[in-house]
Amino acid sequence: MPTATTDATATTDATATTDSAPTTCTYGSADGSRGVVPPHPPSLLAAWHASRRTDLAAHLTHHGPPPLPGRGDASWPQRFAGVLEASGLTGRGGASFPSATKLGLVRSARGRRTLVVNAMEGEPASAKDKVLLSCVPHLVLDGAELAACALGATGIVVCVADDHDDAAAAVKRAVAERRGTVHAPVPVEVLRPPGRYVAGEESALVSWLNGGPGAPAWRPDKRNPLAIGRSAALVHNAETLAHMALVARYGPASFRAAGSVDAPGTSLVTLSGGVEHPGVFEVSMGTTLGAIVNRARPTGEVVAVLTGGFGGTWVPAGALGIPYTPRSLGAAGGVVGAGVLVVLTRDACGIAETARVARYMAGESAGQCGPCVFGLPAVADDLERLATGSADPSLVARLQMRVASVDGRGACRHPDGVARMVRSALSVFAADAAAHAERRPCAFGGAPSVLPGIVGKRKASRA
Amino acid sequence: MSAVVTVNPIACEAYGYCAELLPELVTLDEWGYPVVDGGPVPPHLVELARRAAKECPRRAFLVKRSVERAR
Amino acid sequence: MRSELAAGGHGCGGIVSSSVLWYATRATGLMTLVLLTATTVLGILTANRSTSGRWPGFALQDLHRRVSVITMGFLACHILTSVVDTYVHIGWTAIVVPFASSYKRLWVGLGSIGVDLLLAVAVTSWLRHRIRARTWRVVHWLAYLSWPVALSHSFGMGTDMHQSWVIDLTVGCIAVVVGAATWRIVLAAARRRRALAFAPVHHRPEGVPVKHLSA
Repeated sequence: MPTATTDATATTDATATTDSAPTTCTYGSADGSRGVVPPHPPSLLAAWHASRRTDLAAHLTHHGPPPLPGRGDASWPQRFAGVLEASGLTGRGGASFPSATKLGLVRSARGRRTLVVNAMEGEPASAKDKVLLSCVPHLVLDGAELAACALGATGIVVCVADDHDDAAAAVKRAVAERRGTVHAPVPVEVLRPPGRYVAGEESALVSWLNGGPGAPAWRPDKRNPLAIGRSAALVHNAETLAHMALVARYGPASFRAAGSVDAPGTSLVTLSGGVEHPGVFEVSMGTTLGAIVNRARPTGEVVAVLTGGFGGTWVPAGALGIPYTPRSLGAAGGVVGAGVLVVLTRDACGIAETARVARYMAGESAGQCGPCVFGLPAVADDLERLATGSADPSLVARLQMRVASVDGRGACRHPDGVARMVRSALSVFAADAAAHAERRPCAFGGAPSVLPGIVGKRKASRA
Repeated sequence: MSAVVTVNPIACEAYGYCAELLPELVTLDEWGYPVVDGGPVPPHLVELARRAAKECPRRAFLVKRSVERAR
Repeated sequence: MRSELAAGGHGCGGIVSSSVLWYATRATGLMTLVLLTATTVLGILTANRSTSGRWPGFALQDLHRRVSVITMGFLACHILTSVVDTYVHIGWTAIVVPFASSYKRLWVGLGSIGVDLLLAVAVTSWLRHRIRARTWRVVHWLAYLSWPVALSHSFGMGTDMHQSWVIDLTVGCIAVVVGAATWRIVLAAARRRRALAFAPVHHRPEGVPVKHLSA
């Protein structure tokens, strides 16, 4: 099966403002030659690139109306589920779970249903959901309406973190435009849960929607659907729903025309770190990691890439030739996750950056489970000692033991993410770790972090 | 059909009674939280496992009748 | 004391049985106080996680539970004998409603408060896993109050407080509970805070420099 040779790429160095012109996103592009729109396969961001408009009229002009069911069309949900299955779409929120299967699990639940659009994007290194909501909110809402009709849902809830005001404003505008039209058969509500790292986790989000603290739940059996009140909830990432909107219009074959057999379609990737043009790119699954990274123009020689997010894994430069799919990248020790890639160049210290990530993640614990509450700060402490060259002889062994100890012992996957991130760092930066362990801090440990969202100093304590 | 033990990590408050009653299956990490072996419970320990589940002040230690891993 | 009351007593035919009941009330009352002391100390030891090789945590918890049940048993007898004893009138309602007794309103009332607190503990502990963990904890903390309440009740009723062995016993109970409670407070303060406060953070660091895209 061919991998698409032309990728749908749309860089977004977007400045989304709540300005008086209601439908435009002002766009400052470093290089106007980007944003090639291939005719095939259909692209998430192409419409916005072409017109720079986010209003309903422009959306309908480009894509046509969403193929929502007619009145009394009882077989439509089944057909939609079939189309979804055929496309092979998997979730773009991080778990890469087959979307058709997820829909089926909640459809079989009794009683009322609600569709939750998860645009929380708690990962600091990810911006794709913000971009989707700011630039193509109607595509996301199309997908939400389609999924809600397939589910028989009585309501749609769009969740945008309380510190992502621009994205929230954009989607609220879009919701208002659609209200009362035929394109919004299921009513939509936009809510703003607190923007914590773990708040976008499915069960945490549902916990907040139920009036709780927004902390993840312990779910030994994930097949039981989540519930908001008495209503079974289907939670989907915003990008997944945007893809659904395209699949429903253009058919599963068009989706499969991009990407590879085991990972069809396009995906949004957020590139940051040691690059000249950080931003959100739409790439074809299966493109090599190196080709994707190069699009953002690394500032120097690439040494490693943090894949999947702060809870993902580091891959060395040798992995740059690997196709960007869950299976292939996974086999090389990487993680596709929510499409996050943080590039590390030679003038940065991998151990120091890992220490900063670990400290951030320790601070983002929900505080529910002992191994996470105690284990993550201890791991961060040890990594900081390693990075600053004040390691004791037993540090690396202790670190490895602690990392193994926290893995899998929380209610959610937060400690698991830290564990695999640190393990991969110790492997990829083994030479640096050994040098640091001999109490030799490197030249770049004190440099400002290349990681997005981390300034290199301790978070102020809460409580 | 066999029994497996599992710990609800949110409810657990590191009392440690499970490790006292069932040291063969439960050890405590450096902060006092249980590390359980998720495999099937040997038949001669099932009774003790049930007692540990009953004694846990937070009902965090659970015995499940299942062959599947609880997580 | 008894002789003072005899002059104004009911003068019914059950003077002998009334006297037996009266001794029973005093005896069971004292036993309840001692057992309540033991229960409280065992509870503190359990909460402090003061386990040893020979006394593992689950055993302490078990002992605390068993002693508390025995305490309730003696308390029940104490209440029964005091109400059934018609020499002074303490109605059934006065058991749980504080200050509803005409006889020694304040001191019997304190006893009723103690009964209420202990009843609450008993019920919430029986239903421990069906109620919220926080509810159980709050009621159990309130149960600490039952001990000084019981102590004041026994002082106030005053019947045997002039006897030296009773004084010694009471002082012993006080010393033991005060010591254990102090230890508990010190340990709880020194113990590292378990859970980070999970309050919403209103300012997060900026996301990817997709320039100014996040607020």
